[in-house]
Amino acid sequence: MSTSATAHHDAHHDEHHDTGRNTTLGFWIYLMTDCILFASFFATYAVLFMNTAGGVSGKDIFDLNLIAGGTAALLLSSITFGFAMISAYKKNKGGTLFWLLITFLFGATFIAIELYEFNHLIHAGHGPNTSAFLTAFFSLVGLHGLHVTAGLIWITVLFIDVAMRGLQDRTVTRLGCLSLFWHFLDVIWICVFSFVYLMGAM
Amino acid sequence: MSQHDHEAHSHGSVGSYVIGFVLSVILTVIPFWAVMTGAFDRATLFAVIVVTAIVQIFVHLKYFLHLNFTKEGKIDTLSFIFTAIVIVLVVGLSVWIIYESVLMMMY
Repeated sequence: MSTSATAHHDAHHDEHHDTGRNTTLGFWIYLMTDCILFASFFATYAVLFMNTAGGVSGKDIFDLNLIAGGTAALLLSSITFGFAMISAYKKNKGGTLFWLLITFLFGATFIAIELYEFNHLIHAGHGPNTSAFLTAFFSLVGLHGLHVTAGLIWITVLFIDVAMRGLQDRTVTRLGCLSLFWHFLDVIWICVFSFVYLMGAM
Repeated sequence: MSQHDHEAHSHGSVGSYVIGFVLSVILTVIPFWAVMTGAFDRATLFAVIVVTAIVQIFVHLKYFLHLNFTKEGKIDTLSFIFTAIVIVLVVGLSVWIIYESVLMMMY
């Protein structure tokens, strides 16, 4: 609470805005283009979901208990990443590492549930090559899963970065971009569980 | 102090993350509960799912992605709105075109 700490904080704040702000804005614009990619996958799913080629439809194969579990894991990982960011802005290295680890575990739980679901479907004979519906389903949900997997790799890389070099301004900016990416994936997941799973199962 | 407020506003605080999380949990549980109990007819279920999804997206944008209309945050919000319009066009018009053509082929 000393004045020197405040002055230092202000100086850091200005620097953070000059370089970090442009980086996060650029990353945000990339995320917007990623949004368009997801939108085209959603449009494909909306067009193809009735074309089951006489096979199973969503109602037959979706296990909502499983999806509720995955959704809970992803939602919990969102708030724990928020806590990691708060720790990072306070330059609390231990807290940042702890919350990043928790976020990673929740994200990994989500991916594990998704892999279990995909494996189960493929072994039950409902693989992506069975019908247009299943192709669109595996593409859309798989695209989201690939993004979450990329996020997990990114969390690992930044965990090592923070552990070895501490919370420099550059690292905090990187964490800020990852935070946008992670929360953005949660927004996409809201659309997936609402429009694919819940509407498919009703 | 104003510096601190600004910081809390653009990066979020523990309180704002907890509010966002609690709202998200409520808005996730409602549609899952509605579909899993099967207590409603299709039209009601459809409306419940769409409304809770849209409200939850706004909750995430505000509390987790920190979109706002301040001088600094405006550009993020505007680029998101632009993208949202493009998405409505891509998804809405694709679905419209294909469903109309399916109807024409069937009758």
